[in-house]
Amino acid sequence: MNTLDYIVLLGTLVGIASFGMWRTRGQRDLRTYVHGAGNTRWLTIGLAVMATQASAITFLSTPGQGYESGVGFVQNYFGAPLALLIIAIVFLPIFRRLKVDTAYEYLEDRFDLKTRVLGAVLFLIQRGFGAGITIYAPAIVLSTVLGWRLDVTIITSGLLVTAYTVTGGSAAVNLTQKYQIGVIFAGMLAAFVVLVMKLPAWLSFHDALTIAGGLHKLQAVDFSLDPDRRYTIWSGLFGGLFLALAYFGTDQSQVQRYLSGASLRESRLGLMFNAVFKIPMQFFILLLGALIFVFYQFERPPVFFNTTAWSEHASGPEAARMRTAEADFAAAHAEKKRDVTRWIEALHRHDAGAAAAARAAALTADNRSEAARDEARRALQAADPRAPTNDADYVFITFILDYLPHGLIGLLVTAFFAAALNSKSAELNALGASSTVDIYRRIIRRDASDEECVRASKWLTALWGILAIGFALSVTLAENLIQWSNIVGSIFYGVLLGLFLVAFFLKHVGGTAIFWAAIGAQALVFVLYAILPISYLYYNIIGCGACALFALLLQAVIEWRGPGSRPTAAPPGALAR
Amino acid sequence: MNLGDRDEHPDTRAAAPETDEDAGTGLPVLRTWPAVYGFVAVVFLVWIGLLVAVSVRFS
Repeated sequence: MNTLDYIVLLGTLVGIASFGMWRTRGQRDLRTYVHGAGNTRWLTIGLAVMATQASAITFLSTPGQGYESGVGFVQNYFGAPLALLIIAIVFLPIFRRLKVDTAYEYLEDRFDLKTRVLGAVLFLIQRGFGAGITIYAPAIVLSTVLGWRLDVTIITSGLLVTAYTVTGGSAAVNLTQKYQIGVIFAGMLAAFVVLVMKLPAWLSFHDALTIAGGLHKLQAVDFSLDPDRRYTIWSGLFGGLFLALAYFGTDQSQVQRYLSGASLRESRLGLMFNAVFKIPMQFFILLLGALIFVFYQFERPPVFFNTTAWSEHASGPEAARMRTAEADFAAAHAEKKRDVTRWIEALHRHDAGAAAAARAAALTADNRSEAARDEARRALQAADPRAPTNDADYVFITFILDYLPHGLIGLLVTAFFAAALNSKSAELNALGASSTVDIYRRIIRRDASDEECVRASKWLTALWGILAIGFALSVTLAENLIQWSNIVGSIFYGVLLGLFLVAFFLKHVGGTAIFWAAIGAQALVFVLYAILPISYLYYNIIGCGACALFALLLQAVIEWRGPGSRPTAAPPGALAR
Repeated sequence: MNLGDRDEHPDTRAAAPETDEDAGTGLPVLRTWPAVYGFVAVVFLVWIGLLVAVSVRFS
């Protein structure tokens, strides 16, 4: 990065954050601090919901997924539109009618205080953990590639986002997200255009898709019934539906975004905006990765995309083995480039036989180059067992730094940081709100005034920010970052969703039954995750299903033991805050 | 502190209905909510169909 890139980066990030702080300063009413002024329009809500979910991990790591495994990851989002429809029809009217500040407040209205606290605690654990990953994920990649110190990157970005979230609350989050998502879209679109322009002149866009498809990168939909496969249409539709229902319907960082709407109409349209654009947006980002794969058929990529880690050990005890892997990779790449070129030339001549033969040769060469990459990873691991071996998260940033012009590099790095700040601010805002509304004001200081609560919320938001920074400074991850984030969510979300679905649809179940059912179901998910090798998306279904089943059984036992043990039904709308 | 007793807390409030404007969507063509939901469902099916077509065409 040069001076121009740094001007773009610092000017944009600090400018947006300062504007957000200035516009939303001096709020003293808790509801305004938690939800904003209640005048947010649907497009802002839609963009805020999108920005909250699309973290820096989405933009850094997803193209790497597309490069390495193809666009099949898009199936993960197939359940999202259906979930958003259900939330708009069922969840949202109830939340708005009861004027809840947090989603968990509804659980007290429907069940009792202990169930509300359990819901809030499950959210705080899961999201508090996730907040650390949100800040760590882009920092590890960007600091490695750009040569910045990891701790300085984490602390600087963490403090910036904490500052404007504490100062301006939900209104600042919504306001900054709108501008930040604009920067992100501009950056991703610019990267796409430059990428397409840098493909060989003789190669049409259709040819590029043919290469990506022929080398198994465009298998967007997989109808396999094998439960061990991570991404199929079934895991996406069913597991993804439950994950999205839990995330959009019960995660306070999302609920808070759409409850800030001026009316039910604005909130609903904001959700419908996401239902329409979620799948194409994710596909576009994955397609970008698949096209980077095509680009690297004609330009030799590094054998290992985390070139910093590679260089650190290239002159160590495994140097000879690493050089051999590099040489094998270079030879396989040269062979593949020749075969891919022949394949497309044969297609242009309408010579189907030659095209099929060249494609088969390209696939063989591709397998050889992948084998060389695997050997490179093993060599790196032998040189340093603690060295990271997953380089998918480095694919997109490597392409940007090597092939994009200055200024655009700054814009893209700004986009990554903007995405990190987007989701991070929403998480901190929600953690602070839930800690204040569900725990502090409901259990610790029940007679606290609004002004005291706003002060407490600011302190708690700052505390969560510092905890997330501390977590990010100490964490190391092995999985691809976008997958890790989804795995953590899937472990907790199923049970959280179960609490809400039982509340909505199983009217005879009381607080004691659902409380113990949720604890039992969460324990079951922990055990199954440790022993079952199934797609993590299914844990959303298992957690939710177990919670509902256990609740029904426990309620039956409670009723069987005597009518006096059944909890008194709540008066409708009598929500204790 | 009794986490099971809702009646302990003094500050209860009644549910307030949404205003009349929420009955309509305010959109030019999709004037009712069922029409909006139907549109979203159709768009969803179109995306899935397109992705299946991409998988088949470029496999």
